[in-house]
Amino acid sequence: MSGEINTAARPARSGSGGQGLLADLKQVLPSILILLALLIFNAFFTPYFLSVQTLNVNLTQVATIIIVAMGMTLVIATGGVDLSVGSLMAISGVLAPLIFLNPAFASLQGLGIALAFVVPVLVAGAFGVLNGLFVTRLKLQPIVATLVLYIAGRGIAQVITNGQLQSFTTPAFTYIGLGRPFGVPFQVILMLIIVALTYWVVKRTVFGRYVLAVGGNETAAGLSGVPVSRVKLAVYAISGLLAGIAGLIVIAINSSSDANQVGQGMELDAIAAVAVGGTLLSGGRAQVLGTLFGALIIQLIRFTLLAKGVPDAAALVVKAAIIVIAVALQQRRRRE
Amino acid sequence: MTAPTSAPPAPSGPLLLDMQHIQKAFAGVTALDNASLGVAAGEVHALIGQNGAGKSTMIKVLTGAYRRDGGSITFAGQPVDFASPLAAQRGGIATIYQEVNLVPLRTVAENIFLGREPRKWGLIQWPAMNAEAARLLTELGIQLDVKEPLGSFSTAIQQMVALARAVSINARLVIMDEPTSSLNEREVETLFGVIRGLKARGVSVIFVSHRLDELYAVCDRITVMRDGRTVYAGDMQGISRLQLVEQMLGREIKNAGAQTGFVKHKGSAGAKPLLGVGGVVRGTRLQGASVEVGEGEVVGLAGLLGSGRSELARVIFGADQPDAGELRFGGQPVQFRSPSDAIKAGLGFCSEDRKAEGIVPELSVRENLTLALLPRLSRAGVVDNRQQAEIVERFVASLGIKTSNPDQPIRELSGGNQQKVLLARWLAMNPKLLILDEPTRGIDVGAKAEIQRLIGELAQEGLGVLMISSELEELIEGCQHVTVLHDGKTVANLAGDEISEAQLLHAMAQGLEPEDMPRPPTPPQVRA
Repeated sequence: MSGEINTAARPARSGSGGQGLLADLKQVLPSILILLALLIFNAFFTPYFLSVQTLNVNLTQVATIIIVAMGMTLVIATGGVDLSVGSLMAISGVLAPLIFLNPAFASLQGLGIALAFVVPVLVAGAFGVLNGLFVTRLKLQPIVATLVLYIAGRGIAQVITNGQLQSFTTPAFTYIGLGRPFGVPFQVILMLIIVALTYWVVKRTVFGRYVLAVGGNETAAGLSGVPVSRVKLAVYAISGLLAGIAGLIVIAINSSSDANQVGQGMELDAIAAVAVGGTLLSGGRAQVLGTLFGALIIQLIRFTLLAKGVPDAAALVVKAAIIVIAVALQQRRRRE
Repeated sequence: MTAPTSAPPAPSGPLLLDMQHIQKAFAGVTALDNASLGVAAGEVHALIGQNGAGKSTMIKVLTGAYRRDGGSITFAGQPVDFASPLAAQRGGIATIYQEVNLVPLRTVAENIFLGREPRKWGLIQWPAMNAEAARLLTELGIQLDVKEPLGSFSTAIQQMVALARAVSINARLVIMDEPTSSLNEREVETLFGVIRGLKARGVSVIFVSHRLDELYAVCDRITVMRDGRTVYAGDMQGISRLQLVEQMLGREIKNAGAQTGFVKHKGSAGAKPLLGVGGVVRGTRLQGASVEVGEGEVVGLAGLLGSGRSELARVIFGADQPDAGELRFGGQPVQFRSPSDAIKAGLGFCSEDRKAEGIVPELSVRENLTLALLPRLSRAGVVDNRQQAEIVERFVASLGIKTSNPDQPIRELSGGNQQKVLLARWLAMNPKLLILDEPTRGIDVGAKAEIQRLIGELAQEGLGVLMISSELEELIEGCQHVTVLHDGKTVANLAGDEISEAQLLHAMAQGLEPEDMPRPPTPPQVRA
């Protein structure tokens, strides 16, 4: 049996780089197979599954998870974790309407909209930096450091709005959640760009190598001149920025912003996507494509169960079971 | 003189362990090819070979850490196939690894009984466990508080604790993978006493070591491995050192006279000063350490374990900040706030602990080799893949790094090859000064000589080298100057003919007699 594996592993040698897209896809093969299985199952047993509309519904729903999970992949690759992403989405989500609905911008709507895109994302990014400072300066364990904003962040969002729901109809803003250039949902395009960018950063940039080196052996990285603290600060900042973007998309889809609801449970969906995608939670690896497939798997499970009329509560159990199977498959592959 | 493998001399007793025709490959690279190993009951068996020869793989196959691809293992008359090291331990095979695999935060006693704590009603019986642990250690000649966390003791003590653990599980076979690499002479003697004790009880020992003296001192029979095969098996006394090394390397050694690969060049008397360190104080470990390195010089930093050698290296490299003292580099006073400051100035540092502070195990040979160089290999933060591949290829070839391809994870390489990658990591930077902490520890004879020769050549080209070493031959044959530390203080600077075994030992042992001990100034009395 191991003989087969040996021969399978050999071709990697022939490629000059040996680290192309194909090799990366091979590394996350289990998640691809699970995704294919789910697609085939649905194609046969779910009516109207193979339609553009179903595709759009699913992609629209999963886009924010994937965007947040990209940041999470980088954080986890350094050996950390970011629990605050859902709360940061809420903060970003309540800030945007406050800006573009503000009477001060009544005559300057364009400026209001522009600021509503930029300021909330930067604020979320700044909170991400705060997470990073907790980790690097105060030497808090990442799970504790980000728990602070997980708890406080949603509180901040509720305080900002006094817990009130903000509804709006501002097409210029809601375009990021409802717009469809060339028939493709805008946030799906944004999501694909962010995935491609993250993949490129991990594969091709010095920063990407530093992320893996810090997660793989922090001491060795530091002694080799890797700016360990700056790298960590950066991944938490990126995670915050991406959470900020996701928050805007969510409120744009709903045309309303509810500090209590935006990004609820997002941290766990993102971590699950990363885990199902085959990235070690102990750090040192980043399977960007795996995370993409992981999120798609989780989304498709949710959709399938919904389409089959499985009650919500039971659906959660099935979802958990499939996550366990996917992660176990990845683990076994690694050990071989 | 060469005894063929097919007909090894009959061992003294019936075989306790018989491994035959063992096959094992990793990702297409053969690690073991028809290897065999036979150990009789109650014998101490040496297992030697260069790094990458397959010793560690052989042991891991035996203990179930790896699955073998083929071959048979018979232990105590039964064919066995251990699924895990735990299963092997239950079956009577205890292993003490090179890096002690215990839990530093738990107490000594807990570590000894980890996984088989004496229990009553499901509760751990602490007094019984602690008493038994203390008794076991006393038998080994060690007195310590078994309720202290293991991590608070030296590596040597931790090793002894690992040994006590092995003894306490009534193992029939104890495997020791380079147990002496971090022990001082007295501790080695204690260890040998324990090994002889085990032998007297009928326990067999497989002893892996690169120190030939030790093999002759304690082993009965020997198996030599090379390139994944067993190339020699026979009585220890039946083979001379030279024959042994020849078997290991598979070729005749050219400079059989010298013990290391160094070719010492006469350092010009007035070498341009490169590094000057004076009166460094840090905590209790450094109490006034000084050292100077000139361009093109190899300067040795000697001292016993705990004398502050590694601590001084870390201060020079900016990994730790000194409380006091001055640092000059290239004629300028400097203060490195971080390793990256030191790297920018032209320093490189290979730590003593390859695994914990050198390699990034999951990353490839290529990424490990270029980790420090990345900023120079990139434009606007994007890595130049082609240039990176070129540099890696060049160093893999010039240092003879044995790897199936540059994308192989570095953790799969042997210790010697990992060390070469780490050396290449710094050489690629074109440094002015290289600090090497035990550069040849745990590395086989062949790779060791290669690395030593390389260090000499680099110095000849003008590189300054500060080399920490516990091996006297290395210091004597490789260094133009040797600075000796004792208790964090520089106690001697030897040069030329002064660098002899007697002088070095004398300097290193300084202060063992209380009246000779250079005492730190008594702090002024403060009354509360």
